Amino acid sequence: MEIPALAIQALIILAIFGITLLIATYCTWAERRIAGFLQDRPGPNRVGPWGLGQPLADAVKLFFKEEFIPATANKWLFIAGPSLAMLTALMSSAVVPFGNTILSDEFGAIRIQGIEVNIGMLYIFGVVSLGVYGIMIGGWASNNKFSLLGAIRAASQNISYEIALGLSLIAVLMMTGTLSLREIALQQAEPLFGISGMNWNIFYQPLGFIIFLTCAFAETNRTPFDLPESEAELVGGYHTEYGSMKLGLYLFAEYVNIIVVSAVMSTLYFGGFNFPFQNEIGALLSSDPKVAHNIITVMGIGVFFLKIFAFIFFFMWVRWTLPRFRYDQLLNLGWKGLIPLSIINIILTGTAILLSEHFGW
Amino acid sequence: MESLSNRKKVLEQKPMTVTEKMYLPAIFNGLSITMRHFFKKKPTILYPEQKREFGREFRGLHVLRRDEQGRERCTACGLCAVACPAEAITMVAGERKKGEEHLYREEKYAVTYEINMLRCIFCGLCEEACPKEAVFLQNDKTAPPRFERDEFIYGKDRLVEPLERADSKENIKYRY
Amino acid sequence: MTGNLFYFLTFLTLFAALGVVFSKNPVYSVLCLILTFFTLSGHYILLNAQFVAAVNIIVYAGAIMVLFLFVIMFLNLNQETEETQHKSTLMKVAGVISGGLLLVIMIAVLKDAELGAVDTANFNSQIGLVENLGQLLFTKYLLPFELVSVLFLSAMVGAVMLGKKETQQRHF
Repeated sequence: MEIPALAIQALIILAIFGITLLIATYCTWAERRIAGFLQDRPGPNRVGPWGLGQPLADAVKLFFKEEFIPATANKWLFIAGPSLAMLTALMSSAVVPFGNTILSDEFGAIRIQGIEVNIGMLYIFGVVSLGVYGIMIGGWASNNKFSLLGAIRAASQNISYEIALGLSLIAVLMMTGTLSLREIALQQAEPLFGISGMNWNIFYQPLGFIIFLTCAFAETNRTPFDLPESEAELVGGYHTEYGSMKLGLYLFAEYVNIIVVSAVMSTLYFGGFNFPFQNEIGALLSSDPKVAHNIITVMGIGVFFLKIFAFIFFFMWVRWTLPRFRYDQLLNLGWKGLIPLSIINIILTGTAILLSEHFGW
Repeated sequence: MESLSNRKKVLEQKPMTVTEKMYLPAIFNGLSITMRHFFKKKPTILYPEQKREFGREFRGLHVLRRDEQGRERCTACGLCAVACPAEAITMVAGERKKGEEHLYREEKYAVTYEINMLRCIFCGLCEEACPKEAVFLQNDKTAPPRFERDEFIYGKDRLVEPLERADSKENIKYRY
Repeated sequence: MTGNLFYFLTFLTLFAALGVVFSKNPVYSVLCLILTFFTLSGHYILLNAQFVAAVNIIVYAGAIMVLFLFVIMFLNLNQETEETQHKSTLMKVAGVISGGLLLVIMIAVLKDAELGAVDTANFNSQIGLVENLGQLLFTKYLLPFELVSVLFLSAMVGAVMLGKKETQQRHF
């Protein structure tokens, strides 16, 4: 790769990184605002218009708080915990395709994506499975009973739900026949019932999507599966001993995880950067196919972010609606409910693929 | 064990039905309820900008009234202090001198008159007890927050209504 | 570039692997082992075996090592318990003998071992990619693949058997 192409790639990576962090920052604001609205109150609205300065005020507060490490804690691992949580959370956004290609005369097709790898789905799955280390190490290093309990809960919860998550992904894999997230997104651009850009996997995999969604809630430790930090019984769970920006990093990592999971769900099931009538809109706006393609790409990026925001809103909506599961209910649901269901989903998908090949549907 | 009150009820825990085990109907039900609240009008009053309307009967900060000629009505009889259930009122009585007739209506007046706002429960019994219609609880003012305890002991300087307000229109409502 | 990366990864792998053996705290050992798996995955990527690299991370670093860490956190072993453990002289002698035997065997094996020559002309660099690996697994190596899955199934059944509640036994 030449230097200009490399520079463009670096720019895209930086932009994705910055936008992810910016959205995560405003997630803290949105969470509290939405929580307020769902509970018939306005939420934080003092700092700036509609309270938009609240994340900055929170950041300033967290940065200026005393950096405190408990005397009996393991100092290095205590610091490594939140760093790892943040690292693994940010790593997974690298392979998500945020948009189609932009065609230019000088550089050819520029992909709006961190890196295109042909094992994108495996990469996401691997990074998500590493996410639990930040919580476990932080919880253990705190040298606190509550933190340790939170860490252990996080470990068994994540391991249990990873299996169902992977199995629900396999059904998508069988359908699309590729592991690359970009390929999966592009396959969904086909027309369905004459509407271009509507061949979304959700119409073929509704059961798989529900399983994936449930597991996504468990993997990001969100209510109703936020047992690792259940404040009613474990004080604060794994981050009981944390304060200042180290706590901030844990909370931040949770939001970054939500963003990434939302992006992956949009890509896998909701058409990624495709939107209905995209070809018609592109043809309407410009007769030059190259310009039309670029316009659709830019609009597609916007649509993709809209989809992400919708999912983030859903995550918050669920959080302020549902109560927490009990631990035995959580494990029963994971092992006895979701795993058999996802295996049934695989069998159904396989049968449908065989039948459609056999009868040429 | 035999129940003592005979009112013990054994709660039967039925196993969950299939629809309950699916969780989804209940989840959608809950989500629709919260979504309805999302669009509801918020009852919150944004305090410093908006203020809650006080009722006509609201009992707020005390005032020591003057009469039509601007003379203090209080005669330091002490009935308010006796009536006060919180013992918030203290006063020292004094005799009116020659040449002070334009200041005090009766021959006896309150040299000092203090209400401890930290003790006061704003019950309005002083208002009821006063034979001279001197002490009133205003329905539009509250005791503001302060930093020191002794600042809450209101003396005559803060309780007696200003002269220019004595005959103003809005004061008529105190005079039946 | 690739050569330097190889040496860097190898150094890191050996460093982490030695850390597993020499660290006094069992939790540090596990963390070093995780690092070892990561560097090994780096080697796989250098060999253009992306699938093996990803699966190595998912299965070993993401699942098995989490359970390792889980158990060690439960046991709450630390430096003190490790040091205060009494080791008898008999154990030390036995350890030295078995270690020495292992060394002798390894030397004997490596002495006669020959590295298979790489056929650079016919070498398929794409063999490690997912599609090619899948083709190979489901055609040439179908029987071993299925046998391994049966082995896993029996292991799973055994685990369920061990974990199952017995009728008279009380669990709390």
